[in-house]
This record gives sequence, structure tokens and C-alpha cells, in this order.
Amino acid sequence: MKKIEAIIKPFKLDDVKEALNEIGIQGMTISEVKGYGRQKGHKEIYRGAEYVVDFVPKVKVEIVSTDEMADNIIDTILKSAKTGTLGDGKIFISTVDQAIRVRTSETGTDAI
Amino acid sequence: MKKNFKSFLFSLIIILSCTKALFASQNNNIDTGTTCWMLTSTALVLLMVPGLAMFYGGLVRTKNVLSTMMHSFVAMAIIGVLWAVCGYSLTFGKSILGGFIGWNSDYFLLKGIDDSIVDGVPEYVLAMFQGKFAIITPALISGALAERVYFKSYTLFITLWFLLIYCPLCHWVWASDGWLFNSGASGVIDLAGGLVIHVSAGVSALVIAIMLGKRHGYPKTPMLPNNLVMTLMGAGLLWVGWFGFNAGSTVQSGLDTARALTMTQLSAASGALTWVVIEAYIYRKATSLGFVSGILAGLVVITPAAGVVKPVGAMILGSISAIACYYALVFKTKLGYDDSLDCFGIHGVGSGLGVLLLSFFIRESWMQNAAEAANGSWTVINQFVVQLTGMLATVTLSIIGTLIIFFIVDKTLGFRIDKQSEIEGLDQSLHGEHGYGLVHSDFIK
Repeated sequence: MKKIEAIIKPFKLDDVKEALNEIGIQGMTISEVKGYGRQKGHKEIYRGAEYVVDFVPKVKVEIVSTDEMADNIIDTILKSAKTGTLGDGKIFISTVDQAIRVRTSETGTDAI
Repeated sequence: MKKNFKSFLFSLIIILSCTKALFASQNNNIDTGTTCWMLTSTALVLLMVPGLAMFYGGLVRTKNVLSTMMHSFVAMAIIGVLWAVCGYSLTFGKSILGGFIGWNSDYFLLKGIDDSIVDGVPEYVLAMFQGKFAIITPALISGALAERVYFKSYTLFITLWFLLIYCPLCHWVWASDGWLFNSGASGVIDLAGGLVIHVSAGVSALVIAIMLGKRHGYPKTPMLPNNLVMTLMGAGLLWVGWFGFNAGSTVQSGLDTARALTMTQLSAASGALTWVVIEAYIYRKATSLGFVSGILAGLVVITPAAGVVKPVGAMILGSISAIACYYALVFKTKLGYDDSLDCFGIHGVGSGLGVLLLSFFIRESWMQNAAEAANGSWTVINQFVVQLTGMLATVTLSIIGTLIIFFIVDKTLGFRIDKQSEIEGLDQSLHGEHGYGLVHSDFIK
């Protein structure tokens, strides 16, 4: 099993969710996060003074899938989250040891 | 004939005694119109205190939102009690100590005004109306010391500040035997507290900000508002409350009241518009905080002037104030002192300008009355000198008084909070609470 963590632009969340639904992904977890990379921060103006805000709001999407589905999911996110400008985000993939559904105690791919 | 004369005399006596009775009962009667408006104004001015708490509360960081709002709220309790105990007497009693302050033992604990009606208004209403001004003034200063003082030290500070600065100043400017009230032809013009409230609070705020030093990390770490939505709502309450503040200060329900209300509205609108135009020109963005800062700039400048200027003057004053306050804040950033929420930059600068510049926009009828009172002529410059005198007196009292109070508070309780508690946030370290449910966004500094 793989965990796919994608950090994307917040306004791209709907596109990504719909594209993933179309390839049959039935669940995901999202969180509002802040961070910076090459995009750097942005400027905000308060009472005539400009402040550089380092941390830019992003959305993190987490999906755990079977090994076979992982590449398809990654492709879909790449296509649907891309704008071609700095700050489009990153995708991290890692291996998951175990998954357990709380209601039934099913394990492994049955649980995802 | 004789009988007729007798009956005529008799009816005359009856008529005369009736009229006398009528006059007497009128003296005891309550002017319900004025009383009604003064009751409303009293409530409106109190509404400004939670308004100010919201305005200031939204501007600080999440970890200090409650401590900042408490600075305004606690003034309602401390000054609320002090006002009845001795405040009303110290301000509106007869001059003592060479006119430095007032005293009237009838006003002590408001003992002697239970049946008192002054010009058709129960004196309780007048006392409470004035009391609300005394509450909001120290609360204004809290903008300069936000996020970095002990709560107990703040309470001592506002107590002493009220007794040593507010009471004397209010007596000088507003008591019928105050020296500024009687200076020049018709006294210093300060309708609703340009000097008594905003300049005194603003200048004291500057002194406190410099004496306390900067917040830990200022200005390198951006300290951004935690909730501008709340700040906007607070500004809305302030604007609404200001009608009671200014129009109520005419202590009538008539022409002067209508004038003061109109000028207040025009100046606030003009100030907000000007500020937004400046920002739109410089940054190509109209900010919401800029908008509400403009409202305040317009409101503070018209506070002393609303009774004497006309609509064009009100709009010009609002506009000038917004420009001056905007650049005062830019200048603050360059000088580097930490008047955290800009009490001096807006209240001190804006209202200070109003006190002085109003001299050039006074309506003709007022100047004519002043000339009659002065037995001849009374010019703009004459009035400007009176206004300047009031300004110098206010600034001097505020600086010296605040320095003395700062040292008293600092040597007894310690004013500035310890570094660890400041970093942790005052809500947690001083009040044992936090403002917003599960949101702890402050881990990102």
C-alpha cells in the first residue's frame, strides 16, 4: 500500500477531487496547511506598512491506495493540480505498513 | 364698581399665583425630549467600549486577544466605580487647589443628587453620561501597551491616570468654573473631548509606548491582526456610538444636536474615503483596516469641532485628519517606537489637529457671539491662541502625569511583563484562557 501526500494550491482542490473521483477514488483526507518553497511568501499591507508573510496557505491531500492504483492517482493529481507557475506544490509517496478499518477491524487493502 | 374692582383684584391675585405655580412646576419638570436623548447617548457611549475592545482585540495576535479586550472591559468596572465614588466630584465639583481640580461633597458617592434636576434633565443622567467618557479614555491608551503588560499593573495604571490626569483635565475644560472653559471670549472649544479624551489619551499612549519599550520581536517579526472581521465590527460600533458621544455632548435635543450629529457623520465618511484613496493610489489596494482607520481619523478630528464647524469644514477636517494620521503611522514605522495599535498616531494626531484647525472653520454666528462676549472683536487668531493654550496644557499634563504614573507602577508592581509570559501570550499566562475554540494558529510567528 502507498500513501500519497499532495500539497497543492487551495483553489485547485475541487479540480483534483473531481478528477480523482472520476478514476474511482472514494476517499481522501485534506488539511489546510501553510508553508513555503520556491514560491516564497506574499506581501500584506496593514496601516501603511508592508509585511512579507513567509508562509503561504496550501491544501494537503492524503490518499492511501493499493500499489497498483498509486501511479494512476499520481498522474491524475499532476494533471489536475498543475497551473505551470511557481507554487503548484509537491507530491510525496511513501509505503504504508498496515491499514485497519475501525468499524470492522478489516486489514490491508480491504480496509482502504 | 368697587365690587368689580375687588373681584378684578382677586382674579389677578389668583392668576398671578397660578402663573407662579406654573413656573415653579416647570422648573421641577423634566424636559423629556432632552432627557430621552441624553439617556440614549449615555447608552451609545457605553456601547463604544465593547466596540473599542473588538477594534483593538482584532488587531493583536491570537494569543493576546482576550487580554487586549479585557483592557477595555475592565475600565468599565474600575472607572465605573471610581466615577461614582469621587470622579464626578473631582471633575464637576467647585474648583479647589487653585482650580487644579474640583470637589463637591454632594457628589461624593453621588449622595446629594438623588432629587436633582439640572435644566430639565435628572442629574443622574448627566453624571452617567460624563462617566462613560471617563471609562473610554483610559481604555484608549491600552492600544499603546497591548500585548506586553501585567494585568494588575494596567489596572493600577488606569486608576492613577484617571485620578491624576483625566479628572483635572476634565475639570479645566468642561466644569463651569474650569480655567480653560473660561479662557478667551467663549472658552476653549472642545465639544466632546478632543483635548480631554483623545489628545490626553494619545499623548499618554506615546509616553507609555516609549517607556515600556517594544514588544519582543518587534519590528522584525511581523505582528499581524488575528481577526480583522472583529476589528471591522468594532469600528462599526464606534461610529454608531460616536453619535451619542458628539451629539450627546450638546446636552440638548435641538439644533446644536442636529449640527453635531451631521458633522460627525460627514467627517467620518470623508476620513474613510480619503484613507482608502491614499492606499489605492500607493498600493493599488484598498484595505479594510485602512478603511476603518480612516473612519476613526474622521471621528477623532471632529470630536472637538462638531459643535462649531459647518458641513464643508467637517469634510475637510475629516480628509486632512486621514492624510495626517496615515503619514503619522508611516513615520512611526520609521522612528521605530511601538505604539502597538496606534493610539497616538490616530487619536493624538487626528484629534490634536481637530482642536487646532477647527479655529479656521467656525460658523459666523458663533464668532459673532464670541465677539459680543469679548466686548468688541474676536478673530480666528484669537480663538486659535485659546485652542493652542488648551493643547499645550493638555500635552504638558499628559506627559508629566504619565511619566510619574509610569514610575509609580513600575517601581511597585512592575509594568512590563516577563519575557517568558510575553512569548507564551497574555491570555494564557495572565488570564488562564484562550480566545478561540480549537484554533491555535500562533505557532506560526
